[in-house]
Amino acid sequence: MTDPIFEPRIVAYLCNWCTYTGADLAGTSRLQYPPNVRIIRLMCSGSVDPMYVLQPLLHGADGVLIGGCHPGDCHYQEGNYKARRRYINLKTILESAGFEDERVWLRWISASEGARFAETVAEMTEAIRALGPNPLKVAWEVG
Amino acid sequence: MTKKLIPVQEAGVQAALAAFLQAVLTRDDIDMIFTPVRMRSGAVTHALVADPGILAQADPLAPVLPVNGAAQMARLTVREPRKRIAAVLRPCELRAFVELVKLKQASFEGVTVIGIDCLGTYPVPDFMADHIEAIPQGVETGAIKPATGYRFRDACQMCEQPVPGAGADIKIELLGADLRAGVPVDVPEVFADLPVLRDGAEAPGRAAAVERLVAARTARRDADFAETREQLRSGGGMGDIFAACIHCMNCQQVCPICYCKVCVFRGQIFDYPPEKYAAWAGRKGALRMPTDTLLFHLTRLNHMAVSCVGCGMCTEACPSALPVGQVFRAVGADVQAAFEYLPGQSVDEPLPLVTFKENEWNEVGEE
Repeated sequence: MTDPIFEPRIVAYLCNWCTYTGADLAGTSRLQYPPNVRIIRLMCSGSVDPMYVLQPLLHGADGVLIGGCHPGDCHYQEGNYKARRRYINLKTILESAGFEDERVWLRWISASEGARFAETVAEMTEAIRALGPNPLKVAWEVG
Repeated sequence: MTKKLIPVQEAGVQAALAAFLQAVLTRDDIDMIFTPVRMRSGAVTHALVADPGILAQADPLAPVLPVNGAAQMARLTVREPRKRIAAVLRPCELRAFVELVKLKQASFEGVTVIGIDCLGTYPVPDFMADHIEAIPQGVETGAIKPATGYRFRDACQMCEQPVPGAGADIKIELLGADLRAGVPVDVPEVFADLPVLRDGAEAPGRAAAVERLVAARTARRDADFAETREQLRSGGGMGDIFAACIHCMNCQQVCPICYCKVCVFRGQIFDYPPEKYAAWAGRKGALRMPTDTLLFHLTRLNHMAVSCVGCGMCTEACPSALPVGQVFRAVGADVQAAFEYLPGQSVDEPLPLVTFKENEWNEVGEE
């Protein structure tokens, strides 16, 4: 599965207050990270609907990253705690139903952690590269 | 609670239970009865009964469950003003009702639950064709056998909770009893003086009968889970299982937990512009249509698996005869284990997805 031309496509849902700002910091700090991530800004990791994750996966995204504030730091007090439970729910369902749940990541990255954001994207890109392309990308019968 | 006996006369168990419900309706604190009722055609439906005369046709033992009554009870209790209703509910209906109360779609306010041991139900077409006898063999021992030539619904065969749990105010305890002698019933003190009731005691064989039935159903459930999980993890997995899904959404419509008045999948957000379909087809080589069937099932799992009570209405409603309920129960069991949550047990235990603790899954997100 080490197709040399395979470049993972990762959809990232980042919360406005922490991870998106962390990504911004990575950029303004001129940190290099792989261009495999497509960032979508949300107000809170607690507003990530499970469909936001499922739809890209079923249509062939290779990975989905959810980024939020560290526990205790949510701008809305408790959005990331709810996100964490929904993530457990989603991951358990994907795993139980026979899908590759390791394509979905949740990471807490604060506004000051530009380097952690860059490292996370690099780490996830390599992990997904090792995993190979999402089989659902070409499985026309699944949909 | 007091052990009583509903005497059974020559007219049989149905007439005895109907007489009991008529007696309940005479009470000042009960306005109406919600119960399965046999109609002129022979079909059985849930009904909200105000007229004691119609209660003569009440048939709580009819071995069929056309809809999960919890969803109908939700309509009757979701807001004021409420009538005071005594509701005959099977255990899976009661569990679904508990979940709906927690989802704020129903209320126990004014409701007296008459829980009833469930001996198993048949698919509606089988029941309608032959009006299979209500009381199967083996009620006394717990070694219950369906009528010759018929099978209980898949969900019933693997139901390990056939006895009403917490939330039932009155319990009709069929298992272990010799029903020719009478139907044992467990009532709260205030109901103990109902004129129809005789003094009674728990059937001596009840504990053993319940244990036997639960053991058999649990074994069947575990075998079913193993088979379903094998299918989910093999080759085409869930995609293959749902390959023949026609996206009719019947499963969503009949699910007692799926309470949204307008499901997101009935809206227009999955009506894509024509070029979108073409682009997908071009990339994948072909595009399955209707699209988004698997997304529908996975989304529904995300919404309700944690509360799935295993009533199996979804399986019965599927026109393609897909094992919807088997998949949802197996996945639901994993989700429920992850949250250490058993649906339908207690209204005091919060739903896993509306609550959280600060100190849990601390490793998640920190790698």
